[in-house]
Amino acid sequence: MSVRVQTADFDVGAELIQLRAHNPNVGAVASFIGLVRDLNDANKVSTLTLEHYPAMTEKSLLAIAQQAKARWDIIDTLIIHRVGTLQPLDQIVLVAVTSAHRQAAFQACEFIMDYLKTQAPFWKKELTDAGERWVEAKATDDSAQQRWQP
Amino acid sequence: MQIKVLYFARIKEAVNYSSEEIDLPADISSVTSLKNWLALRGDTWANLFSGKQVVRAAINHELVDDMAVIHANDEVAFFPPVTGG
Repeated sequence: MSVRVQTADFDVGAELIQLRAHNPNVGAVASFIGLVRDLNDANKVSTLTLEHYPAMTEKSLLAIAQQAKARWDIIDTLIIHRVGTLQPLDQIVLVAVTSAHRQAAFQACEFIMDYLKTQAPFWKKELTDAGERWVEAKATDDSAQQRWQP
Repeated sequence: MQIKVLYFARIKEAVNYSSEEIDLPADISSVTSLKNWLALRGDTWANLFSGKQVVRAAINHELVDDMAVIHANDEVAFFPPVTGG
């Protein structure tokens, strides 16, 4: 399991190759890439700045990856989340999961994203044509996370 | 008891700083009572901590609910609902 919080961009292809390298047990790799969009609530977005809680962020992401590992038969997990100022088209987050069979990788990947969205200490502030504003948390993200609870 | 309190995102901007050391009165021992106590500091604080806004908390880097108990030397963080991903 590997977790990285960084300002730099990442190369998805290289990351996925490295995640499955030298392991013939891996039969499936599922990945999710989150991107900065240029429109939010009808306003044009020029930059998105991500703040986080450094002492807590990696710990929180690792705890989420561990929960996925306890729940599905997965082999390895990679979470990369960027912080700092980003622009539309930029990559924000990569979650990738390897497993023997596809179902575990698909589900664990979705689970990790749903938990990351509601538990990991990141906050987005966007600069739009209507000024600067903090992005509001969405109730749909809470319900996406709650569907995994027993 | 002595604790460290951190503020993030819109809460940090509203109070105008990111951290402080607080010597808590003896009767303040939960997240709820700390929020209520901070709310007494004036309008800005009342607006943030009297329950009108959702303010989440972490103690020593773990998300907690408002019933959580605070101990001496804990790092308590207050922040709005998270919006990463």
